[in-house]
Amino acid sequence: MKTVNLLVAGFVSLPLAAQAQTEISWWHAMTGANSEVVEKIAGDFNASQSDYVVKPVFKGTYPETLNAGIAAFRAGQAPDIIQVFDVGTGVMMGAQGAIKPVAEVLTEAGFSFDKSQYLPGIVGYYSSPEGEMLSFPYNSSSPILFYNKDIFEKAGLDVNAPPKTWAEVWAAARQVKESGAATCGYTSTWLTWIHTENFAAWNNVSWGSNENGLAGTPELAVNGPLFVKHFQELADLGKEGVFVYGGRTSEAKQNFTSGECGILTESSGGLGDIVKAGINYGIGQLPYDETATGAPQNTVPGGASLWVMGGKSDEVYKGVGTFFNYLSQTEVQQYLHEVSGYLPVTMAAYEATKASGFYDTNPAREVPITQMMGKAPTENSKGVRAPNLPQIRDILNEEFEKMLAGQQTAEEAMTSAATRGNAAIKEATGG
Amino acid sequence: MRRTVFPHKLLPWLLLAPQLAITLIFFYWPAAQAFRQSVLREDPFGLSSTFVGLANFRKVLNDPAYLNAAQVTVVFSLLVAFFAMTIALFLAVQVEKIVRGKGFYRTLMIWPYAVAPAIAGMLWLFMFNPSFGTLAWPLRQLGIAWNPLLDGEQAMALVVAAATWKQISYNFLFFVAGLQAIPKSLLEAAAIDGASRRHAFWTIVFPLLTPTTFFLLVVNTVYALFDTFGIIHAVTSGGPGRSTETLVYKVYNDGFVNLIMGDSAAQSVILMVIVIALTAFQFRFIEKRVHYG
Repeated sequence: MKTVNLLVAGFVSLPLAAQAQTEISWWHAMTGANSEVVEKIAGDFNASQSDYVVKPVFKGTYPETLNAGIAAFRAGQAPDIIQVFDVGTGVMMGAQGAIKPVAEVLTEAGFSFDKSQYLPGIVGYYSSPEGEMLSFPYNSSSPILFYNKDIFEKAGLDVNAPPKTWAEVWAAARQVKESGAATCGYTSTWLTWIHTENFAAWNNVSWGSNENGLAGTPELAVNGPLFVKHFQELADLGKEGVFVYGGRTSEAKQNFTSGECGILTESSGGLGDIVKAGINYGIGQLPYDETATGAPQNTVPGGASLWVMGGKSDEVYKGVGTFFNYLSQTEVQQYLHEVSGYLPVTMAAYEATKASGFYDTNPAREVPITQMMGKAPTENSKGVRAPNLPQIRDILNEEFEKMLAGQQTAEEAMTSAATRGNAAIKEATGG
Repeated sequence: MRRTVFPHKLLPWLLLAPQLAITLIFFYWPAAQAFRQSVLREDPFGLSSTFVGLANFRKVLNDPAYLNAAQVTVVFSLLVAFFAMTIALFLAVQVEKIVRGKGFYRTLMIWPYAVAPAIAGMLWLFMFNPSFGTLAWPLRQLGIAWNPLLDGEQAMALVVAAATWKQISYNFLFFVAGLQAIPKSLLEAAAIDGASRRHAFWTIVFPLLTPTTFFLLVVNTVYALFDTFGIIHAVTSGGPGRSTETLVYKVYNDGFVNLIMGDSAAQSVILMVIVIALTAFQFRFIEKRVHYG
């Protein structure tokens, strides 16, 4: 009997001891080196104070993490913080009542929240149409151009001058293929993100009405003449074998790291794998279309942000606010940027990285930031948003694949994508 | 026949309880949830939901993409069932002829069954990836424009091959057992009568194998319909276009990628009806015994 009592007493006293600290759960989708960054940041935060404990939990890929979060919310077991990828932003924004805006969390926790301290391109993407920052931009990236210097040299191209416009990319890619320096001139990951969403922003053309959906429900404009021209060129190059299609997401990176293709457009976050592959690479800005007026404008961020779920206690929100305040500190942001290759989210962190001389030794690492910050964003270049962006991307990918397989022209593909996409948007908004 | 009556009333239920609990929690409850969601229109988070009756079903059945998925499923299932069974039967018949090392050969044949579908998919993907696949290169040398990333028919061939490869072991096992059950005396009698091996196979062995073949046909169809998700997910994700999107894959894609819960639930209910029909069909005919000569 005595032992039982002792045991019970032991169990009861354990939670009591832990109760002094509020636990905050953080579901994320980071793997490899990036998951180590998550663990380190959480560990450092936990060590920096004694009131809160942030517990990161890996939940699989981006879509899996989002689904786990949604299922948990429906079961009344939502985490406190969840990492949601860029295309899931519209879904989260549509779920008022399920989430709590980050700006609110920060101010209620007693921290001053000044939007101007954050990189405008990033903060704009994660804000409501009224300008309230809804989620915390944790990892942001932007698409850039990678090229294989050895292949360029073999093809007789200038290894220190990456192509700047799409026309130059096509010419260089053709030269790579025709000179026999490589079997494929050019490939690209994420055709939707790079060749439609960023293509629109960078060339200052509309992706959809209502500021690409940031100010309301968008009506797709991806069948515009510049898109059609661009994709027809891509389809023609595909037929010649100069452009090689790799897949819908980041598969094409392998075509580049294996030395098959000379040029690649890919997220700046893909740098790690390219470095690891040990190829002699160079980096350039994302190419633009020289016939577009005002191009290049600015690129839009990809990556993911942290959302705070609704219906939690004040104590938890205070903890989340404290954690986000810690996350936005210059040293933390600088560490995140230099180690993971994602962009810093505060101006101070960017300036500090610059001052530290990091960009002098790694000049290419500044490219994704400068191309995003180069100009004040227009209504075409703040980002894109739709309540069902994953579905829109699916539709676009299907049409691209049919076009690249030679079953339809670029004009047919883009018209069909716009029609089907608009019908899906109407459906999703309950129309 | 004498009926045995056990005196206990509670004990049988108690013994059944774990199985019943598992069935209720993992089968009936989710099925009921699917039924409920199939008549609702909800946002992903379930914050607002409206009763829409059969509107989701009407929408799904009128969706050209759904009809496409149904067509893809039929083609895919027929191809997988056909190839998995013919190849397995051929191998099972061949193994009978082996004099030494029969056991070793059989063990090797059964191995692939232990491979998880997603892993099987990855293996085939690696072999036939157009840019780094070990077998894609010789294909291209033969003058075949191999690119399953863009060519729907090639993509279909690839998933059919992966799904077939994984199922051959299972079919092989059953065919071997079926062949062993055929009395040798019948074949010897046929041989004495001067029947060729081929003739004996088609007139004696094959008809006697019909119960096995029929059972496998049902099992293979169910396998191709429902257990190949992992392979398709790993190899093509339903693409290019929608050329390898089966009914099951579409349920996943609409529900968990596009977050359209109502449509996805309606599709699951339709699938449930198909499974019930298939199972009923199987029980009815297998009970009746197809052919026992």
